[in-house]
Amino acid sequence: MMDQTLKREIIMDHYQTPRNKKTITDESYKSKHMAADSCIDDITVYIKGDGHKIVDVAFDGVGCTISTASTSIMSELIKGKSYDEALAIIQEYEDMLDEKEYDEDKLEEANAFDTLSKQANRINCGLIGVKGFKEVIEELKRDEREQ
Amino acid sequence: MLDREKIRKDFPMIQSEESKGRIYLDSAATSFKPKCVIDKVTEYYTKENANIHRGDYDLSYQVSSEYEQVRKLCAKFLNAPSEKNIVFTNGASSSLNLVAYGYGQKFLTSEDIILSTEAEHASNILPWFKVSEVTGAKIEYVPLDHEGVFDLEAYKKILREAAGKIKVVTLAQVSNVLGNIIPLKEIVRYAHENGAIVCCDGAQSVPHIKVDVQDLDVDFLCFSAHKMLGPSGVGVLYGRYELLEKMDPFMLGGGSNARFDICGNILLKDPPFKFEAGTPCVEGVLGFGEALKYLMDLGMENVEAEGKELHKYFLDEMAKLDNVTVYNPKSETSIVTFNINGIFAQDAAAYLNSQGIAVRSGNHCAKILLNVIGASETIRASLYLYNTKEEIDRTIAVIKEATLEKCIGAAI
Ligand SMILES: Cc1ncc(COP(=O)(O)O)c(C=O)c1O
Repeated sequence: MMDQTLKREIIMDHYQTPRNKKTITDESYKSKHMAADSCIDDITVYIKGDGHKIVDVAFDGVGCTISTASTSIMSELIKGKSYDEALAIIQEYEDMLDEKEYDEDKLEEANAFDTLSKQANRINCGLIGVKGFKEVIEELKRDEREQ
Repeated sequence: MLDREKIRKDFPMIQSEESKGRIYLDSAATSFKPKCVIDKVTEYYTKENANIHRGDYDLSYQVSSEYEQVRKLCAKFLNAPSEKNIVFTNGASSSLNLVAYGYGQKFLTSEDIILSTEAEHASNILPWFKVSEVTGAKIEYVPLDHEGVFDLEAYKKILREAAGKIKVVTLAQVSNVLGNIIPLKEIVRYAHENGAIVCCDGAQSVPHIKVDVQDLDVDFLCFSAHKMLGPSGVGVLYGRYELLEKMDPFMLGGGSNARFDICGNILLKDPPFKFEAGTPCVEGVLGFGEALKYLMDLGMENVEAEGKELHKYFLDEMAKLDNVTVYNPKSETSIVTFNINGIFAQDAAAYLNSQGIAVRSGNHCAKILLNVIGASETIRASLYLYNTKEEIDRTIAVIKEATLEKCIGAAI
């Protein structure tokens, strides 16, 4: 388990200076709007793919510390990865929040959420942006197959 | 005088072992229930289980008459002319939809205007959006100032200038975000003088202030039992009788018709029964009766006066803090809407939760209000008759010491 102070620092850092947070108007990015119905998080994620790998990733919107930091951290983890590599990382992350076995080496800073599963009312905060990324990547893969 | 310590003993949710150290500040969402209400619900299932208005046996007769007694009690609680003015529904949302459907959709036309405010709960505006879609009637809004206070002069001007086109005024007597009381009596008088009826959403007012429907002269009043010590699944529509007679029911079926034939002719019962098709939430209505008795024993004047006093204490203590923004400093009942500066509402609410304090974060259903107070997310704390000054003191102490680091720490 990651040290509490370190976890707090990582989350603070990504909340206060989120990575890849920008609004994208470029049509070559695929986007997904994620609005939680149980809370106020409202995040849009964007991914630009080259048919095989994630070339660029971004997000914007409003969210709490957990949703902003988790989306920011995941955006760094999947940038430059192939679609399948990115989906595998996301799977590890989801397994962690689901209290299943997971590979912490793949998750780097996302290990800051290794006890989020204990906070039933916050799990969705930790998933909102990540789920958005997952859905976009799956769509990109589908597009690829159809071509 | 309300003896809050004595009142607290009546609430299992406060007395239980698990509740130690917990402070419940979300009664605007739903209130706790006193033991007499819970016992009544159980008693129905253990001793009185029968349907109402049906059987020819003692038990059914007894339950039917108890059910009708609650209607009478409710009429007394509101000072309604008769129990015939009281329709039981599933809740405030259901009552509001009934008015919009049964009155609005039936009588409004594309020439008409519906007047509302920007502080309405979704349950009192979405049904009117539908009326607008179906009938072509337009919806207009009375402006509110930046603290959400209703602008009476602007309201009068709108009514005058619309020259009889405004047929329905629909608004909450107390907003679920802002907690201030609108001058309903004057609003109703002015509406009537200009040919409009008034539908009042009383979901946040009826639990906290004395409401006399004849004195207010309001045409419809909608509220829920579960926010005023009663069970969920029960609500009330009070209606002026001539209007209830003209209105269509939302549902048809058993219990609402006097007779019907194979050719499709239906003869509906008189109000309130024509609106109550199907088996209602019998145990809920019986429990609601106990809630009404409980409130009447305390006296709504006392509940109102002391509720306002405790609320003012909360606001005064909040005003002493330099790390919060309060959005409704002029409110009078129950609700305090605020943010801890620099902390996203949801993080702050989760932190308060980690300290045993239950509040709500979000935009509280009144989504169009955001433009008015200029904050898209807020925390809402709401009080009721079982809350105490000590609970407020503890809450204030926690808010005072809240930091972003602590909020994050509570989540991980
Ligand atoms: C002002 C107002 N109107 C209507 C409602 C809807 O009440 P219910 O959910 O009990 O139908 C609420 C409840 O939150 C409310 O606060």
